[in-house]
Amino acid sequence: MNQVQDLQKHAVNVRKNIVKMVTAAKSGHPGGSLSSVEILLAIYFTQMNISEENIHSCERDRFVLSKGHCTPCLYSVLAEKGFLKEEELLTFRQINSRLQGHPSMRKLEGLDMSTGSLGQGISTAVGMALSNKIHKKPYRIYTLLGDGECEEGQVWEAAMAAAHYHLDNLLAFVDFNGLQIDGDVTKVMNPTPIDKKFEAFGWNVIMLKDGNDIEAVIRACEEAKKCEGKPTVIVAKTVKGKGVSFMENNAGWHGNAPSEEQCAQALEELDGGAK
Amino acid sequence: MAKTATREAYGKTLAALVEQDDHIIVLDADLSGSTKTSLARNVRPEQHFNMGIAEGNMMAVAAGLAASGNVVFASSFAMFAAGRAFEQIRNSIAYPRLNVKVCATHAGITVGEDGASHQSVEDLALMRAVPNMLVVCPADASETDAAIRAVYAYDGPCYVRLGRSAVEDVYTEGTVPFTLGKGNVLHKGSKVALIACGIMVESALKAREELLKDGIDATVVDMHTIKPIDKELLIELTKTHDLIVTCEEHSIIGGLGSAVAEVLAQYAPCRQVMVGIQDVFGESGTPAALLEKYGLTPADIVKAVKEHVK
Repeated sequence: MNQVQDLQKHAVNVRKNIVKMVTAAKSGHPGGSLSSVEILLAIYFTQMNISEENIHSCERDRFVLSKGHCTPCLYSVLAEKGFLKEEELLTFRQINSRLQGHPSMRKLEGLDMSTGSLGQGISTAVGMALSNKIHKKPYRIYTLLGDGECEEGQVWEAAMAAAHYHLDNLLAFVDFNGLQIDGDVTKVMNPTPIDKKFEAFGWNVIMLKDGNDIEAVIRACEEAKKCEGKPTVIVAKTVKGKGVSFMENNAGWHGNAPSEEQCAQALEELDGGAK
Repeated sequence: MAKTATREAYGKTLAALVEQDDHIIVLDADLSGSTKTSLARNVRPEQHFNMGIAEGNMMAVAAGLAASGNVVFASSFAMFAAGRAFEQIRNSIAYPRLNVKVCATHAGITVGEDGASHQSVEDLALMRAVPNMLVVCPADASETDAAIRAVYAYDGPCYVRLGRSAVEDVYTEGTVPFTLGKGNVLHKGSKVALIACGIMVESALKAREELLKDGIDATVVDMHTIKPIDKELLIELTKTHDLIVTCEEHSIIGGLGSAVAEVLAQYAPCRQVMVGIQDVFGESGTPAALLEKYGLTPADIVKAVKEHVK
């Protein structure tokens, strides 16, 4: 099995775990978790040099989930990497769990930053990338933003700072699924054109037509590495709720949990996709 | 007596520290000449980063730097540090317990002529309420030096409140007893205890001199650490004193007075009077005129004592 087929198999498993976690917790954010699966798999399986041995160290590549509500996706990917057991995923959002609703770096090893308040994660990623520049460390910093998150002014403060300090060791993704809690991003508070805004702020911009195509995501990550002197953003068009028919392109599934029946249907659909 | 602003002392100490440790990173938001982080930049420009007029981003960048093993000093005016960037400090620094020292200058009404928009009278309340956050407010230049060295040695988030205006020396240089969380008893008296922080320590000492003329021998405590407050010392004081007077250049809501009241109410009930800003905004004026108008002079402390002492 080649790498792409292998990752596609992981993607099915990650999606199934996202649905199971949110169903078990009776809360959480399935829509934006399902849209960002390929991005996180590409980062954790083909880009970052994270392992059991260096997981506690900052002497490695790191990832900040700036759209901190998409923990179901992040925890599931960490489980695929073998950093936590699959059964622990079902403790998500429960009392005494290491798997907080939004990432808490002091609770779970392998989480590189505590996030959840939108707009702050990218700034912390800028701090990490700046530190690597200051101390001449070769490690890269990855971060994932939501498109709705780009309505936060702080995203642009961070964008300004990253370009100002020439942080070419920083790679940001925007999960451009087009929907936020209250509906279509262009109707709630239009953040577009996101690509042109980052370009104007001095970033190298890569547009990705299909951010759910794992091969294309990996290619974009490789292309980003070639850019010197500027941070890179990959604006990836994705499908919110990807892989579950009744969740796809539906803002209603931003922060809602499916019923047991809906969960069963979703898992069946996802298994079908694996064939 | 020498007069130095605590922000000036902060800059000097920071400049000395950055030369010893290349993992100290200093951030400023376009106020480095005023916050005096410029003194650190002058000696180690490669450890000083201007983040522009974007305090929210600066605090979260500080968190990222700290998560990478650096000790970060992030400075701006108290209004824009504790105020504007409150939630970044709360969520990105304090919640993950990262090693960032928020050193905020121009606190209180002695900012002076800039007026109420720049006079932070709530920063102690805001920072004190955040879990994991240590809150310090030194009285003079020597104590600021000791405080900055102490927060540098402490692994975790700290808020240090500093002033714009020059203040008289309370301590003799090099002889400051400083332990985080332990108040300094500057004079041991009886019946009345004046518990002060920041610039009000000097005022409390002056008030003590006045009270002596009326035969009142007041205890004076420099409560430099607002959080964790020195509970043991407070409980001890209530055993030998009938009246506690807290003195702060901050709102009486949520600052030193509140921190003391929380201990007294729960562990050692005692009559307490709060000298502080009475839940109002400041205004433009000279620091001296403002202190007088807002009731923060030694005479105001004396008046408070005389009104309430048995």
